Amino acid sequence: MKIAVASGKGGTGKTTFSVALALANRDRARLVDCDVEEPNAHLFLRGGESTTASVWASVPVVDASRCDSCGRCASFCQYNALALAGSAGLMVFPELCHDCGGCILVCPSKALSERKVLRGTVETRVIDGTLELVTGRLEVGSPSAPTVIRAAIENPPALQRGVTIFDAPPGTACSFASCVHQADHCVLVTDPTPFGLHDLELAIEAIQAMTKPFSVVINRSSGDDDLASRHCRRRGIPVLLRIPERREIAECYSNGGSLLDADSSMGERLRTLLDDLHFQVSGGPIQ
Amino acid sequence: MSPREIVVLSGKGGTGKTSVTAAFATFAKKTVLADCDVDAANLHLLLTPCVTETGTFTGGHEASIRESDCTSCGLCGKLCRFGSVLEIDGWFGISNCEGCGVCVEFCPAKAIDWNPSITGSWMVSDSIAGTMVHARLRPGAENSGKLASLVRKLARDQAQAQGADVVLIDGPPGIGCPAIASLTGATAALVVTEPTPSGMHDMERILDLAGHFSVPARVLVNKWDLNPELTARIEALAQAKGCSVAQRLPYANEFTHSQMAALPIPLRFPGSELARRLEEIWKETLTWSMS
Repeated sequence: MKIAVASGKGGTGKTTFSVALALANRDRARLVDCDVEEPNAHLFLRGGESTTASVWASVPVVDASRCDSCGRCASFCQYNALALAGSAGLMVFPELCHDCGGCILVCPSKALSERKVLRGTVETRVIDGTLELVTGRLEVGSPSAPTVIRAAIENPPALQRGVTIFDAPPGTACSFASCVHQADHCVLVTDPTPFGLHDLELAIEAIQAMTKPFSVVINRSSGDDDLASRHCRRRGIPVLLRIPERREIAECYSNGGSLLDADSSMGERLRTLLDDLHFQVSGGPIQ
Repeated sequence: MSPREIVVLSGKGGTGKTSVTAAFATFAKKTVLADCDVDAANLHLLLTPCVTETGTFTGGHEASIRESDCTSCGLCGKLCRFGSVLEIDGWFGISNCEGCGVCVEFCPAKAIDWNPSITGSWMVSDSIAGTMVHARLRPGAENSGKLASLVRKLARDQAQAQGADVVLIDGPPGIGCPAIASLTGATAALVVTEPTPSGMHDMERILDLAGHFSVPARVLVNKWDLNPELTARIEALAQAKGCSVAQRLPYANEFTHSQMAALPIPLRFPGSELARRLEEIWKETLTWSMS
């Protein structure tokens, strides 16, 4: 089973929840950090030896001796990564290239070839021999977050586990979609503020368009009558967990601690939560 | 003269970007606002915009196979580098199209349509803090960066038409396409962070991005009293990276209460210590952005 932990609004507690869920279920779950623009799970799950793979993309290179400046490639490219610049000839803007390969295919004089550029990395670590953390990391200045997300998700598992948790990117755009698309169920973490609820609704709209089942975790909750709880009741959305609003939890997070350090009852609750989710998704216990 | 563009960013989400931007907007004179967090926009929740002009956003094209003309040769699947062509029982279909057009160009049966996809809308509004330009990306859609660029352009046009000196941009979290689109060519960036391991890590990456595009950056630590020691380290790191540091903001309930009241902090809590601090920070940021 694959679960995506997403949110719409940033900073609602996605990483807090997914790190705690992985820690409490380390014997049966692995964690993949798909927030490749700003991966954070590794800040809370330290240790273990790391192996790193590079994520490459191919961008076009012009052979000026063959290029006759016909402009076919530039007019074909949907991302404005190629342009004819008068007497300077054909120019390539690698940071705009989406690696579709179309320019090379349309060039009538075979003047284009490809070179590799680094788009990001995928790091694997096994913490204390039991918990696998995979971290996708986008190169600063690179536009291709979905490419790195795909690479992180497809990275071969180091440990056999029945459940994979994706810590998804915030927002509701293509990065979010390319992660959630790969999951069987999406857990949306929200906070009981107007911003949180507004973006929760956007995320739900995106998930429903993908026809994915989802549920909600409310972080910084002030109880079952807070704004988010009432909203979910009205909308008939299942609430899996409420993480209470407590300054100790914020301070613990601020010092690099996990939710399990701040609340001793959380471990057992997160094991039950994963059992219940697995039953719901696959109709049986975690193998 | 083109207006100065000041962009508020954070790397990490939820550090208080939008609340800070909305507060600045209440102090700013001759300023047009732009919400470039197009896939999870929130500024409108604080500024009561009344839409005066709106339009659709065509992000790109989407390929779709006409079953009646498809010969099931499978070439589209071989050429697509995004894994978007799916084969089910000999039938081909496209899902999550990246809009590159390769399959359309090379389909031997010319069986693939290439339709412009309307993936969002933009709005120009009168708000309680002046003109604002905002947008809504269709949830799950591509091209958030293009839409953020469009919002910025429309805001610059508004500023020029009104003779405004400044465009104040509420940026998205992260360092990807929409963050790049919000940052490139801007006059200055204010990075709002918080004293947590994530806040520090993400700030470092957004400062690197600003450096990559040669945009001067200034760092503001929100909720500083949550961890004074880490706040000091964050500010030292910012300075080591050649950035200036703004006054700190405390962990304050006024942020949430203002959101609940759907008002910027200075209008919900006029005359408060926090509002006064925000006004100082805005004035200092403005002066700094001119130097």
